[in-house]
Amino acid sequence: MNTFTYYPGCTLRTKAKDLDTYARSSAEALGITLEEPENWQCCGGAYTTAKDEIATKLSAVRTLNAAKEAGRPLVTVCSACHNVIKQTNYDISKDEEMAAKVNNYLKLDEPYTGETTVYHYLEMLRDVVGFDNLKKQVVNPFKGKKIAAYYGCLLLRPSKALAMDDPENPTIIEDFIKAIGGTPVIYAQRNECCGGYITMEDKAQASKRSSKVMDSAKEQGADMIITACPLCLYNLKKNSGSDLPVYYFTELLAEALGLKEANNE
Amino acid sequence: MQRIGVFVCHCGTNIAATVDVKAVAEALSHESGVVISQEYQYMCSEAGQNLIKDSIKEYGLTGVVVCSCSPRMHENTFRKAAAAAGLNPYLVEIANIREQCSWIHKDIATATEKAIILGKAAIAKVHLNAPLTAGESPVAKRALVIGGGIAGIQTALDIAEAGFEVDIVEKEATIGGKMAQIDKTFPTLDCAACILTPKMVEASQNELITIHSYSEVSAVKGFVGNFTVTIKKKTRFVDETKCTGCGLCTEACPMKKVPNAFNLGLDNRSAIYIPFAQAVPKVATIDPNYCLKLKGGTVKEKVCGKCAAACTVGAINYHQQDEYIEQKYGAIIVATGFNPIKLDKYDEFAYNQCPDVVTSLELERLMNAAGPNGGTLLRPSDKTHPHKIVFVQCVGSRCDDSKGKPYCSKICCMYTAKHAMLIREKYPDTEVYVFYIDVRTPGKNFDEFYRRAVEQYNVHYIKGMVGKVTPKADGTIDVQASDLLSNEQLHIDADMVVLATAIEPDKTARPLATMLTTQMDTNDFFTEAHAKLRPVESATAGIFLSGACQGPKDIPETVAQASAAASKAIGLLVKNSITCNPCVAHSNELMCNGCSACEKVCPYGAITYQDKEFRMPDRTTAIRRVASVNPAVCQGCGACTVACPSGAMDLNGFSNSQIMAEVDAICK
Amino acid sequence: MNNNLKEQVLRSSGVNVLKCMRCGKCSGTCPSYDEMEYHPHQFVYMVEKGDIETLMNSKSIYKCLTCFACVDRCPRNVEPAKVVEAVRLAAIRKQGNNHLIADSIPEMLDEDLPQQAIVTAFRKYTK
Repeated sequence: MNTFTYYPGCTLRTKAKDLDTYARSSAEALGITLEEPENWQCCGGAYTTAKDEIATKLSAVRTLNAAKEAGRPLVTVCSACHNVIKQTNYDISKDEEMAAKVNNYLKLDEPYTGETTVYHYLEMLRDVVGFDNLKKQVVNPFKGKKIAAYYGCLLLRPSKALAMDDPENPTIIEDFIKAIGGTPVIYAQRNECCGGYITMEDKAQASKRSSKVMDSAKEQGADMIITACPLCLYNLKKNSGSDLPVYYFTELLAEALGLKEANNE
Repeated sequence: MQRIGVFVCHCGTNIAATVDVKAVAEALSHESGVVISQEYQYMCSEAGQNLIKDSIKEYGLTGVVVCSCSPRMHENTFRKAAAAAGLNPYLVEIANIREQCSWIHKDIATATEKAIILGKAAIAKVHLNAPLTAGESPVAKRALVIGGGIAGIQTALDIAEAGFEVDIVEKEATIGGKMAQIDKTFPTLDCAACILTPKMVEASQNELITIHSYSEVSAVKGFVGNFTVTIKKKTRFVDETKCTGCGLCTEACPMKKVPNAFNLGLDNRSAIYIPFAQAVPKVATIDPNYCLKLKGGTVKEKVCGKCAAACTVGAINYHQQDEYIEQKYGAIIVATGFNPIKLDKYDEFAYNQCPDVVTSLELERLMNAAGPNGGTLLRPSDKTHPHKIVFVQCVGSRCDDSKGKPYCSKICCMYTAKHAMLIREKYPDTEVYVFYIDVRTPGKNFDEFYRRAVEQYNVHYIKGMVGKVTPKADGTIDVQASDLLSNEQLHIDADMVVLATAIEPDKTARPLATMLTTQMDTNDFFTEAHAKLRPVESATAGIFLSGACQGPKDIPETVAQASAAASKAIGLLVKNSITCNPCVAHSNELMCNGCSACEKVCPYGAITYQDKEFRMPDRTTAIRRVASVNPAVCQGCGACTVACPSGAMDLNGFSNSQIMAEVDAICK
Repeated sequence: MNNNLKEQVLRSSGVNVLKCMRCGKCSGTCPSYDEMEYHPHQFVYMVEKGDIETLMNSKSIYKCLTCFACVDRCPRNVEPAKVVEAVRLAAIRKQGNNHLIADSIPEMLDEDLPQQAIVTAFRKYTK
C-alpha cells in the first residue's frame, strides 16, 4: 500500500471540489492512501521568483516539511499549488542563502533543504501507479472520445524546477487520456497561458487568451478539454466564449474507474 | 660535475611585464651546477639561439635550462639549437614561465618568486637528464579517410593525386554525404549534384582509391606511420561485385513503405534500395529492418525472395554476413561531418505537430528535382503550392548550454538567403519572410548574395525571433514573432515554416575519437593541434581533420580544409621513416613483479609480458613473468609508470627520480 | 540611470541581463505582448541600461502572467519574467503603492471565480 502526504490547497475545498473529490476516490480505488497534513496553509497561488522574497515562500516550505516529517512523498493535484511547491522545493535545494533565511524564520526541529519528493497527481499515476496498470482498471473507457489535454503554463514551466515532462512536447496527459481509453488531440496552444489571474482586472485579455486555447483545441477536432487547474477551468469556461466542454482530469479518471456518473454537458 | 646554463626570456613584455627577469637570472645563477645565467629579450630569435649555442661552446655546458614559454611552443627550437652546438638535444629543459606564470599572475613579486621556483625545478631535473637518441620507424604508404562526404572525397582525391593509396570508409550505402542531398550551392547557385557527382565518380574510378561503403571503423591500433585498422563491412545482403545497379530488385520489392532516408523521410522507398540515381557505388542494399524475408513476420512473408528472383546476375544473398578487414595505414584523416540536431526540444515551432514545418535540409529535398515532388515546391501535408513561407534562423544555435548548442552553426544565414532567393525566383507569387537575430555573411561574395535576396528579390528580412507556431484547422500556420525594429508582435498566416536547424558533429565521431585517442571539445567537434597554426592536424600524430567534424563549415571551406588535410597527410606519407620520440617507457626487469597493471593501462598496446629466465642466489635460476615495452609503439604518455606498483616502469626524459627532484626543488 | 535600483533589481531577480543576445524571442512568445507598453526584451535591456523607474511607472508590470514562456524559451536562459517580477516588487513595495486593494475585490467576484485567482492577484499586486 502506497501512502502519500496529500496537499489539496485552498480552491479544492470550495470552488474545485470535483478536482479534489475524484482525486481522492480514484486514488483509493487504485490502492493509494492520501493523508492530508494538519493545519496546512494556502500556498499563495503564485510563486514569487524574487530571491529577496522569503515570507511568501514559507507556507510552501511548511507543507514540504510536513511531508518530510511524515517520511512520505508529497502529492498535489492543483496545478498552481504544484507549481508553487515544486519551485519552492527546487530553489531551497539550490539556493543556500534562501534556505538559510527560510530556516531562520521557521526554526524547524531540523532545517528543511529540499528533501521531499513532490509528485503531481498525474506524475503519481505515471510513475507510481503506471499508466499500463491504470488501463487495466478502467471499466468505462472513453472509447472514440477525442480529448484535448490542456497543460497551461503551471504544470510544465519553468521546466528546470517542475521537471514533470518535456515543456514543449509533453505527453503525460496524452498518455493518461490513452490509458482511460480516449484519443488524445494534440494542439499547439496546449502549453500556452489561459490568462490566469488577469481575469480579475482585465477580462478582455483573459478572454483573448482562453479563446485562443479553446479555438486551437476545437480546430484540431477535440470533443472536450481537460485540465488540472481550477483557474484554467474557470477561464476556459467563463472567458473563452467557446462551447467546448472543460473538465478536470480527475472527473474523467473517476468516471473511467466507475466511481462517477458520466458528465452530460 | 654538471655545467648548466640558464637562459631567461623576456618574450617582449609577455614575461618581462610581470616577472622581474633580471632577478630570476640572478637567483638561478646561484643554483648548484649553474655556470652561466643570462636573460634576453627574445630567446627564440636567431640572436637568442646563438646566445645558447655560443654559451654551450664557451662554457662547455652539460645541460641547458630555458625559462620561457610553454615547451609546446619552442622546446624543439631550443633542442635544435643545442644539437647544432654539439649538445644532446634531450639535455635541454624548459621552465614555462609564460603560460604557467606571467600570463596568469598580476603581481610582479608573486610571479617573480614563482618563476624562480619553476627555474629551480628545471635545474634540478636537468641534473638528472641523460642523453637520448631518437630511433626511427617506417611509414605505411597508405591513407585511411573516415567519412565519404565532400570532405572525405576531396581529401582522398588529393592524396591519390600524389600517388598514394587511399581507402574511404563510409557508413552509408553511398558516398556523397550531405552535399548529395543539397539542391543548389551558395553563393553561385550552381547545382550541388552537378559539381559533386563527377568527384564521386572520379573517386570510384581512381585506381588508388578503394571505397568501403556501408562500412565502419571498428578498431584502431598502432601510431603515426603505422596504424592497423579493422574495418567492418556491414552486410548489404547483396554481392557488390555482381550487382550492376540496374534497379530491377527495387521495383520487384513488395515492401514500398520504408521512409526514404535520403529524402529525410519525406517519401518512401523499397526495402531493397539504391539511395539515389548517382550513388557510388551503384549497388543495391537490403534494409534488414524492413525486408519482409529478413524480418520474417508471417510464413508468406518469409518466403518473399522477390528481389532475388528479379536479379539477373544472382547478386542477392540473404545469408551474407558482416565482414571484417584489417589494413595498415600511415595516416588517418577524419571526415565524419555533421547532422542537423533533433528538434524535439523546440516544439514551440511545432515541428513535431505539423508536416509543413520543415528543417532547411528537408527544404533542400523538397526543392530538388530528384526529391519527393520532382523539384516542384509543394507542402508535405496536402501537396499544394505554398504562398507564404516563414524562415526561422538560429534554431538551437547560439544557445545557453542548457538550451542548445552554444556555437553559431555558420552556414544557416547563407543557405536561408539562398532558399529565399530560389523560391522568389521560381515562385514570384510566394511571399518569403526571414526572422533573424543577426545576418552573418563573412565570406567572399556572401554579403552581396544576401543583399541580393533583400534588394532584388524582395525577401522580407525581419529582425526578431519567432516565439510560437500554431498550426490551424484551415491548413495555415500562425507564426507569432517579434519585430524588434517596429517594436510589435506579428502574426503571419504562413503556409510553410522552415527552421534553420543547428548542426552538430555526427554521432559516430565520439566513439571514433576514443579509438583514435584524439581530443574533442565539449560539443564533440574534433580539436585541432593548434587553433591558428595547425588547424588540420589533431594533437595525435598521424591523425588529420577534414571538414565539419572540426567545426561548422560551408562547402568552400570544407573543400579547402580537405585539401589542406590531404597535403599534411601527403607530407607524412612521402617519408620512408619518421623519427620516434625517444622519451619512451622501459621496464626494470629485476623490479617487475609481473602484475600486468601497466599492460592494462597502456592505450597503445605497447606493453607485452614474457617469461624470462633469471639467475637466482646459489646458482639457481627461476622463470619470471616480466613486462617489456615496444619502443616503436610507446608514445611516452607515462600511464604505465604511474600504474606500476613496484616502480619498475620508468620513462626516459621523465624518470621518477627526475620528477621527484623537481618536486623537491619546488617544495624546498 | 539609477544604479541603486538597478542593483536591487539584479539582486532580487538573480538574472544576468548581460546574457541577452537581443533576439527578441521572449517578446515573440509573450502572450501579454499587446497589453504591454514595454515588452519582455525591453525589460531586460532597460534594466541593463538602468532605466528602472520608467518600467516601475508602467502598467506593463501588472500585465505579465508569469506563465514562464519567456523563461523556458529564451535561448540564452536569461529568464525575463524574473526581471519583470523584480521590477514589479520594487514598485509595489513602496508605501501606498499596492496595485490591488481589498475593498475593490467584491466587485471583481463572480460565483465561479476560484480563490486561487484572488490569492494569486494579491501576491502579484500587493505587499
